[in-house]
Amino acid sequence: MISVNPSTSNMEKLDLHNLPAEQTALDIKNLNLYYGEDQALHDISMRIPKNRVTAFIGPSGCGKSTLLRCINRMNDLVEICRIEGEIEMHGQNIYDKNVDVAALRRRVGMVFQRPNPFPKSIYENVVYGLRLQGVKDKRVLDEAVETSLRGAALWDEVKDRLNASAFSLSGGQQQRLVIARSIAIEPEILLLDEPTSALDPISTLTIEELITELKEKFTVVIVTHNMQQAARVSDQTAFLYMGKMIEYADTDTLFTTPSEKQTEDYITGRYG
Amino acid sequence: MKKWFRTGKPWIWLTAGSVSISLIAVIGLVIMIGWRGLSFFWPSAIHEMDIKQADGSTKHIIGEVYDSEVVPTTRLPQSMIELADIESETVTRYLMKIGNREYVPLDFTWVLESLVTKDTTPKNMAVIERSKDGNFYGRITAVTENGEVVAKQSDEDFRKVMFERVERAVELNMQAMGLQEGEISSINYQLNELSLERRRLELQDELTEQAIADLQAQREQLNADYQVYEKELFDLREQAQRDALIVKDFRGEDVKVPMYRVLDVNFPNDMGFFAKLGHFFQQIGKFVSDDPREANTEGGVFPAIFGTVFMVLLMSIIVTPFGVVAAVYLHEYAGKNPVTKLIRIAVINLAGVPSIVYGVFGLGFFVYMVGGSLDQIFYPEALPNPTFGTPGVLWSAVTLAILTLPVVIVSTEEGLSRIPPSLREGSLSLGATKWETIWRIILPMASPAIMTGLILAVARAAGEVAPLMLVGVVKSAPMLPVDGNFPYLHLDRKFMHLGFHIYDVGFQSPNVEAARPLVYATSFLLITVIVGLNLTAIGVRNHLREKYRSLEH
Repeated sequence: MISVNPSTSNMEKLDLHNLPAEQTALDIKNLNLYYGEDQALHDISMRIPKNRVTAFIGPSGCGKSTLLRCINRMNDLVEICRIEGEIEMHGQNIYDKNVDVAALRRRVGMVFQRPNPFPKSIYENVVYGLRLQGVKDKRVLDEAVETSLRGAALWDEVKDRLNASAFSLSGGQQQRLVIARSIAIEPEILLLDEPTSALDPISTLTIEELITELKEKFTVVIVTHNMQQAARVSDQTAFLYMGKMIEYADTDTLFTTPSEKQTEDYITGRYG
Repeated sequence: MKKWFRTGKPWIWLTAGSVSISLIAVIGLVIMIGWRGLSFFWPSAIHEMDIKQADGSTKHIIGEVYDSEVVPTTRLPQSMIELADIESETVTRYLMKIGNREYVPLDFTWVLESLVTKDTTPKNMAVIERSKDGNFYGRITAVTENGEVVAKQSDEDFRKVMFERVERAVELNMQAMGLQEGEISSINYQLNELSLERRRLELQDELTEQAIADLQAQREQLNADYQVYEKELFDLREQAQRDALIVKDFRGEDVKVPMYRVLDVNFPNDMGFFAKLGHFFQQIGKFVSDDPREANTEGGVFPAIFGTVFMVLLMSIIVTPFGVVAAVYLHEYAGKNPVTKLIRIAVINLAGVPSIVYGVFGLGFFVYMVGGSLDQIFYPEALPNPTFGTPGVLWSAVTLAILTLPVVIVSTEEGLSRIPPSLREGSLSLGATKWETIWRIILPMASPAIMTGLILAVARAAGEVAPLMLVGVVKSAPMLPVDGNFPYLHLDRKFMHLGFHIYDVGFQSPNVEAARPLVYATSFLLITVIVGLNLTAIGVRNHLREKYRSLEH
């Protein structure tokens, strides 16, 4: 059986299905998503709690990344994609016509599977989001760089070469740089799309430790194909299969006493 | 055999063979043009020849051997064969440059080798480069000042005295030229502006007594200045006319060559290897920095180099933003539908339209329609003289910009599609709009591809001549498109171009024989200029590539 991180399991358990509004970061209501004729997500409803780490697990192609990308409307880039249902953030449906997508994405940051630093210096990568917002004050930018890099546990490694190209960093460092870049604009929610799948075990460990720290300031939603990772870092876990949400529960509950047969088959390695 | 085919070796030979053939062709071409072009500048020996004539007399000539060829005897007239007593089937003949244009009907002559009875390369033979009537060949016997002999060839320091006087004359001519092209041309320009100003006021019904008086006062001031400069100019010219060279020419007569026409004097028969080498580089320097003389058959090609480079740079400035903006729209904003595809195909096909068609379009649309309208609106005072409504460097640049637009669009689009989508997503997820992402991330990363497009565009534009003949190139432009008169850039002016210069010198010149080496030299120079422009662009691109090296994991 998979061991669950004791620090996570000791947290106060939440009633996920009747989560009060003040503890809810995101309220997903009856979400359906179609790629042309194909339905990729079937009637997903869930509440994601604030300042917690929520993990989406499931076999390849189950729709976990698609669901994550709905939260900051990254699926808008896909022309044939069509969405029904609502995702509420502070009582506002982010799919409303009058929502400013750029403003939404400032509040919902995202880190991708492969590190994607910009072809700029380390410094410029971190301040990219701030510069977009028109921040020009050098002091503010310097401060943000230090805070964010410390927050992403990268400061000590790069503080002497902030003007070096971001490409000069290793894969793991690049991924932490991308996290620093995301938290520099102080989003409310941080989406991590398989953030360690392209990294070596040591970098993975560093990032996992980082995720646990990040939840003090941000709501973290992480997609992972690695169940041990979900068990180690998350507070609650959702299991998706074939575009449907099979089970959504506290991580230790889901991994120790799953209520659904399909969940049990998956976490015991019978398929996936 | 079959087995050998299956090993794939024939393909290696085939592909490597094609590469070798292309390489040999290119290198051979460059070496041929370079050799023939550059050997023109190498000082060649001055021959003194005696040639047997039909009537039993001998003809005496002095000149350089310019070219030689082997001709079959059947092509020669019977009388000449008998005269020369030729028995073999072929015979060599030389093309001699004998100069002294005012004393001979043609300054080039063919000489049959078998008719030469005496051929020497004596010392003290001088080549005198002149600003008019081409070279003069002969022995310099004396230098005169106001008709009085000041130095004779027998004097010890004859050459020293002569070169001092030559330098003095050249220096005075330079000053006169500077005055003419600087101050005097500037005054003429201002006078012209004044009459335009007057006409402008007249057209606007603001030509008051006061204005007329003002203009008149300015005009008088300029005229007074002009008188001063003119007097100075005449003074300089008079001083330059003081000296002359007395030269014994091929007929054995003493001829007076006025010093103010002399540009340079050389004694190639007395030169050692290093003196010749120095002379060679000096001649190349003159060729690239001097203005052309004598209907482009003498002198340098500086205005043509300047015109070519200036026009190409202007074209790059026009074509790059247009091409990039069009490519960004096609790739980023236009819907992925049949109409976009059709537009893309149309753009690519534009590259295949013959360039002369662009020339006709440029003349009809840019010169007559756009230029004509600009004249009506902004330069009514100059009418009926056109300002922009006539071919000029701006219209040439615009026409070539349209010609090369497809190249820039296609390579920019390719560059845009090579950028990893993860970078776009990264930028968007930080709250950037699509435009901000394009401006801050996509375009900088696509800049090497944009430069590639520009390199191809420059390579095509610099070699293009046909459309330019309709929209702005001339055989000889009196003024460069950039000068010291406000507004410094004169985009309405016509310009000279190396490509057109080759055509003009090689095929429109009164003296085709004289021009042939110049054609090679100019071709070699054009290749050098294009390669230079391309290398600059490639350097910039490699720098950008290094900077925006795409993600490597």
